[in-house]
Amino acid sequence: MILGLLKIIVFPGFMFLTVYGLLFEYLDRKVHARLQNRIGPPWYQPLADFLKLIGKETIIPADANKTIFQILPVVSLAAVAAAFVYVPVFGKASIASFQGDLIVVLYFLSIPTMCLFLAGWYSRSVYSTLGSVRTLTQMFAYEVPLFMALLAPALIAKTWSVTGMTAFYAEHPLYILINIPAFIVALIAGQGKLERVPFDTPEAETEIVAGPLVEYSGRLLALFRIAVDCELVMVASLVSAIFLPFMTGHAILDFILYLVKTVAVLLFLALMRSVMARLRVEQMVHFCWKYLTPIAILQIIVNLLVRGGLGL
Amino acid sequence: MIKSAPGKITNMAVKHFFKKPATISYPKGEMHIAGNYRGKLTYDPTNCNGCGMCMRYCPSNAITVINEGTKEERKMKASLKIAQCIFCCQCVDSCPRKCLYYTQNIDLSSLNKDELVVQL
Amino acid sequence: MSEYNRVVIPIGPQHPSLKEPGCFTVTLDGEKIVDVVVGIGYNHRGLEKACESRNYIQIIYLLERICGICSHTHTTAFCQGVEELAGISIPRRAAYIRVIVAEIERLHSHLLWLGVAAHEIGFDTMFMYAWRDREAVLDILAAVGGNRVNYGINTIGGVRRDIDDSLRQDILKMTDALQEQVKYYQELALTETTLAARLAGIGKLSGEDALKYGAVGPVIRASGIDFDIRAVDPYAVYAEIPFKVITDTHADVFGRTVVRILELLESIEIIRFCIKNMPDGDIVTKAPRRIPAGEVISRTEAPRGEDIHYIRSNGTERPDRVRVRAPSEANWHAMRHMLLGQYLADAPITIAAIDPCFSCTDRAIVINSGRETELMDWPRLRQYSIDWYKKRGIDVASIKIPERRMYF
Repeated sequence: MILGLLKIIVFPGFMFLTVYGLLFEYLDRKVHARLQNRIGPPWYQPLADFLKLIGKETIIPADANKTIFQILPVVSLAAVAAAFVYVPVFGKASIASFQGDLIVVLYFLSIPTMCLFLAGWYSRSVYSTLGSVRTLTQMFAYEVPLFMALLAPALIAKTWSVTGMTAFYAEHPLYILINIPAFIVALIAGQGKLERVPFDTPEAETEIVAGPLVEYSGRLLALFRIAVDCELVMVASLVSAIFLPFMTGHAILDFILYLVKTVAVLLFLALMRSVMARLRVEQMVHFCWKYLTPIAILQIIVNLLVRGGLGL
Repeated sequence: MIKSAPGKITNMAVKHFFKKPATISYPKGEMHIAGNYRGKLTYDPTNCNGCGMCMRYCPSNAITVINEGTKEERKMKASLKIAQCIFCCQCVDSCPRKCLYYTQNIDLSSLNKDELVVQL
Repeated sequence: MSEYNRVVIPIGPQHPSLKEPGCFTVTLDGEKIVDVVVGIGYNHRGLEKACESRNYIQIIYLLERICGICSHTHTTAFCQGVEELAGISIPRRAAYIRVIVAEIERLHSHLLWLGVAAHEIGFDTMFMYAWRDREAVLDILAAVGGNRVNYGINTIGGVRRDIDDSLRQDILKMTDALQEQVKYYQELALTETTLAARLAGIGKLSGEDALKYGAVGPVIRASGIDFDIRAVDPYAVYAEIPFKVITDTHADVFGRTVVRILELLESIEIIRFCIKNMPDGDIVTKAPRRIPAGEVISRTEAPRGEDIHYIRSNGTERPDRVRVRAPSEANWHAMRHMLLGQYLADAPITIAAIDPCFSCTDRAIVINSGRETELMDWPRLRQYSIDWYKKRGIDVASIKIPERRMYF
């Protein structure tokens, strides 16, 4: 019981997630800076930003719904932390797992986006309203290919649990090759989920200031930013658990492997955000439905055929 | 519209990842200042006859040169309001006796308001 | 779509995409712009009036600070005008130095624009690269003039500083390195899909419209009209320099990008030609302190377009009137036309594409409507308003002022 609680709260649960989230933000910013030929921030910069925001005054707009305005960042962070419980980090198994937890994870991952939408909506500012509308529009574009790309491997693995899928692909590493298109789709749609360039229209700094988070400040903003960092870790962990399930069987070695895999995914995401311009929201929707979704559907069909053909 | 894969800058970006960054960490890094950069003025009173051309042409009325002695025995004093000086160095050009020079000293900030008026 | 779906968004005066004060009140129908009010005038500094109380030498440094980027072109225009009034001609070497500095300034301005434009569409890597390359240009300007931005090269009758041999070599070295980079940007701008997707077809301004609204500089040249003061009305030594006026037929933001990038390459060629053909000799001729009475209009091609200075002298040390028509001022008129019917996401890049300079623009314009006006002091004004309402049956004294709303 106590061990279980420790696992959830300290390692590899919530505490690890936030620390790793801050580290991820640092790595992301540093790599982004180095790709741009800049020095980039020192290692403690994300933590310093976080502490500074904690110490700042929190201003709630007079028109905003106070309760919802305050509760949204917490819900958003909690949802990400809850999703993290189902991803294997230390050793083969995750903290908790059951048949179908992949769906729960995807569901939990949608909550921060919805929180962002509500945050913008309840801020009652033109910029944030426009940002939340964009958040929602964009969500309908990337959610479908992302879900399909993550569910396609499950068809071959014949299990709907993340731990089970990791275990299956660790035993049959060659099947990963079939899932490569889904992997690419998941990475690109994941970039959309995380609202980073080229899909950062909801918070496009030069157009609508900061989108849904325009009115947030102080502690609430700090929580939202931590939630965004944790979401980054979460997406990287999920993608690497499903598409890069290389295992040694030794818990500590596996943990190091986990770090390597997630950082590799992060490097790719950081590279992607460095080399492109921001798309307009309608171009983004166009791109997702015209290219990503068909690829994801094709992947599902291929996987169904493989599953039927191999008689699994 | 051109149809091709996005991310043409990737090659350049990856190349720069392994190169030395172009920026410096400000207070620590080395600053490069050109040899004839216009910084704080210096004043040499030996030749000055107090014609006042520097004051006349100063766009921001930053420089003041006064004679504290008598007409026969000059004792020239120049003061500069650093906060007003725009470092155009027109006074250096205007001075007929070449009593004013500029240096490359550009680090002139101060926390004390009184220190912003200096005797040259 | 009905009126109810419309949202009014103020872009500026404080907004991260416009680091300068200007307010664009955009009316949106969904994400489409249906109406724009361009509001400028937040940064009026009274420069022209200030000129009237300063002597000609002092004015050079004042006008140099009209714009933080095209500082040289304003002083060139002013000095040219005063030289014409005084009837003096500058040494040829001085004219060459003026051209060299003007073209280096164009390099720095266009690179700055390239970076800003890339930032507006979220392409921060290109932004950083362009500004890094601009830093080399600024170093050269600091070495030539003695300051990174306000070089203070011009004076009435010539230039203040010479360009010696070692400096020439430095400039050539800089241009060689820059040319390579600019060619890379050219290739990038022409082939990168995400750039083309964000730039092509945005901010359309046809040739006729550009002429109608009086656009200048790269904006009009991108609409296919070869209007360049350097060619139309050559000043300094531009008449001797072989260069071509860059035009483009895209007539949109993409075209403006292409024009600016090609102009960078053309400027590099001009600098090389000038460095090679620079004659020896003096750099300044003596100018009188009192300028004879008269009036003059002087034009130069700033990086952003045509820059006009009008000077009227009255035979004293100080001018009677100085009027500056900065290039951005001419480009604002077409802005509403360019923005209408676009997506909000394209508004920042469309605004940025004219390379707006707000402090260049803001000058007081008084329109005399012919109505009689009178000055009222505060108690009289208050009494007047009370009477005005009383006449309509409202007793102002009975209205209670609500308490100030607290925001946290």
